[in-house]
Amino acid sequence: MTQLISLLTSAIVFGTVILYGAVGEIVTEKSGNLNLGVPGIMYLGGIAGVAAAFFYEMHAAEPIGIVGLLLSFAAALAASMLGGLIYAFLTISLRANQNVTGLTLTIFGAGLANLFGGSLNTLAGGVGQISVAVTSRAYRAYVPALAGLGRVGQLFFSFGFMAYLAIAVALGASWFLNRSRAGLNLRAVGEDPATADAAGVNVTRYKYAATCVGAGISGLGGLYYAMDYIKGTWSTDGTIEALGWLAVALVIFATWRPARAIWSAYLFGVLYWAYNYITGLSRASIELFKMLPYVVTILVLVAVSLRRSKESQPPKSLGLSYFREER
Amino acid sequence: MAEEFAVRMVDITKTFGHVKANDKVYLELRKGEILSLLGENGSGKTTLMNMLSGIYFPDSGRIYVNGKEVVIASPHDAYALGIGMVHQHFKLVDVLTAAENIELGLPGKAVVDRKAVAAKVRQICDRYGFSVDPDKKVYDMSVSEKQTLEIVKTLYRGADILILDEPTAVLTPQETEKLFAVMRNMRDDGKSIIIITHKLNEVLAISDRVTILRKGEYIGDMDTAKADARSLTDMMVGRTVTLNIRRDTPADPERRLEIRNLTVKDAEGVTRLDDISMDVYAGEILGVAGISGCGQKELLESIAGLQNTVSGSSVKYRPTGPDGPAEELIGQNPRTIAEKGVRLAFVPEDRLGMGLVANMTLVDNMMLKEYRAGKSPLVERKHPHDMARQIVRELEVVTPSIDTPVRKLSGGNVQKVLVGREIAMEPTVLMSAYAVRGLDINTSYTIYRLLNEQKRRGVAVIYVGEDLDVLLQLCDRIAVLCGGKLNAILDGRTATKEEVGYLMTSLRKKGELGA
Repeated sequence: MTQLISLLTSAIVFGTVILYGAVGEIVTEKSGNLNLGVPGIMYLGGIAGVAAAFFYEMHAAEPIGIVGLLLSFAAALAASMLGGLIYAFLTISLRANQNVTGLTLTIFGAGLANLFGGSLNTLAGGVGQISVAVTSRAYRAYVPALAGLGRVGQLFFSFGFMAYLAIAVALGASWFLNRSRAGLNLRAVGEDPATADAAGVNVTRYKYAATCVGAGISGLGGLYYAMDYIKGTWSTDGTIEALGWLAVALVIFATWRPARAIWSAYLFGVLYWAYNYITGLSRASIELFKMLPYVVTILVLVAVSLRRSKESQPPKSLGLSYFREER
Repeated sequence: MAEEFAVRMVDITKTFGHVKANDKVYLELRKGEILSLLGENGSGKTTLMNMLSGIYFPDSGRIYVNGKEVVIASPHDAYALGIGMVHQHFKLVDVLTAAENIELGLPGKAVVDRKAVAAKVRQICDRYGFSVDPDKKVYDMSVSEKQTLEIVKTLYRGADILILDEPTAVLTPQETEKLFAVMRNMRDDGKSIIIITHKLNEVLAISDRVTILRKGEYIGDMDTAKADARSLTDMMVGRTVTLNIRRDTPADPERRLEIRNLTVKDAEGVTRLDDISMDVYAGEILGVAGISGCGQKELLESIAGLQNTVSGSSVKYRPTGPDGPAEELIGQNPRTIAEKGVRLAFVPEDRLGMGLVANMTLVDNMMLKEYRAGKSPLVERKHPHDMARQIVRELEVVTPSIDTPVRKLSGGNVQKVLVGREIAMEPTVLMSAYAVRGLDINTSYTIYRLLNEQKRRGVAVIYVGEDLDVLLQLCDRIAVLCGGKLNAILDGRTATKEEVGYLMTSLRKKGELGA
């Protein structure tokens, strides 16, 4: 039982990272933009948050956790939205190929983040590993009274605020897409921009907004990873990129529904960490276990294709740029 | 005094690449009238209306709405001026409901009030006699339902000026009558309506006035009451069109295809083609008549090697007449048929799906048929290049260049490219399905001329058509299909329209099959 609780809690922490990535990407893809730069954007969000917290903690005589938190949160949001803006400008205004632009953004984000991450490690001196302990602690703070409620407390109340924020963002995105007027317009833009345009929707503005906001949400995944998952450090081992691709897979697994992405993300977490709780696995079979999230994504793709449900398809104009006078 | 004109468009010019789609066009729409915008395909009707509805922006010219000069830079601007357009290709989002499509893009509260939308839709429906289910998804709708939704959508947005782009092209006669009734209701309610069409009988039936365009130029307008089919045709095509299609007597026809017991069942097991047996002769045009979906497509695709047939079906190809060697075409695919030396040309109904690749240039589309030719591992580009150039010149294809993707060409020019390519392979059998559908009169005649040339060359031509007048004047023999069965084969020179029409709709009893 303790093992199961432990698996579930690590699955939730893991799932939260990719949930941010996936919800941001769903919002982006609903506008018809296939942003494969999610891993890069998560990198940008992560490094910006760490850097902001690092400089604050370095210069403040007595760093206060909540201030570091706000600064790093704002920095992560701004950096990842900037990443989204680059992508938006290239694909919407210049009509560059979306796949190429997205992949390039991933390479760019990873490179930039690791460059600065390495520099920060050097700046930190000493052990050659930075740590923004004060800020990270603020991110990981929880209500001890609630978390102390035995197993229930451990399973539901032992996480930092961003785990709950992720659920709120996913539910909010779901409500926005399905209930609000702007969400209706956004879905139409992703399905059929010419129709949305003819109906008076400003296609360019919606695409820009969705791509930037989506990137902002995705970037929070990187921030959560840096501040909570690896506890306010920076590592250049490429985990963020792997998680970023998993977030893209999660979008497909959740069939473009943010609410469904919540439990799917945790399921991915369980599948990913399962090897830790099965005894007697060799190194090779551990790697096989880590493949499970991708395998189930492929199975979902097959199932969705077989069912041919119109509701579970990607936005119809996903990956295409829109130009009004094209004939 | 109230302004008399709802819309005036003055000196409107619009070019795409080097092609002038509209050249100093003039148009006026009076309040509370139905105006027909008449012209052949590619005469610039839709382009002109797209500028009124904000899809395109004119290169030059002025637009007045209710007497005031306006700039319409986007569909949003058009709606603000009370202009709504129903496009030929519906602008509806498939996965959204009727109500969501209607509400799309409108200003209002952050959350859509579905009940209020439904109530207002119902009110519009009651007023003009439509019926729309607000909660139905568009992908579950029939074509006619989608069109109704489009019209309701424009009215919901408060349009006083409605533009309908070839609304009847997708409707049955009964649905057309219903649409016309609704249009009259709207006019009597004070709406001003422009209907784009190239069907003369509809112009005469529905409109108060008619404006005629030809090759992107304004030709004139007149009251429908003073017009007749003859005068309108003259204005539309610029010269009198004689309906005389040339038809030579076939010069010693010999049997080229023997179709025996051809039966096709579809994926659901429904019989689409039922035990067809007939011969096709070299040097003649065999017409195939029938209501759409009666097995025409299956017939052609079986011969071309694109259909699975029921065993026992046979199509024998005899390159040297009835006594020569025979090649069985059933059970082969287009590639093996071509490798056997059978030069089979096919102009399918779906030109940009089956016939040509929309995103590829004219040259590349030429190459599709011969990329395997030659021994070099590299494709030979010179020949397709010359071929494209020749087709553009001889068939007068209007295109900026031969390196333009074919999707940018108008429907008639696409068809010229396709037919040109198929003929260039010097076929022995040429099959065409609805070769003139959607084409203007002049292009249609070009196609007839090309088919006749092939006939004189001794090609066996199969012409699947829908216009009975054309079938009766072009074809030597006419095979009439009815519900997948071969109902009769008639002599094209003696058959009458009534006879063919009757045979298309009612099966003859066994043993009656003549000719």
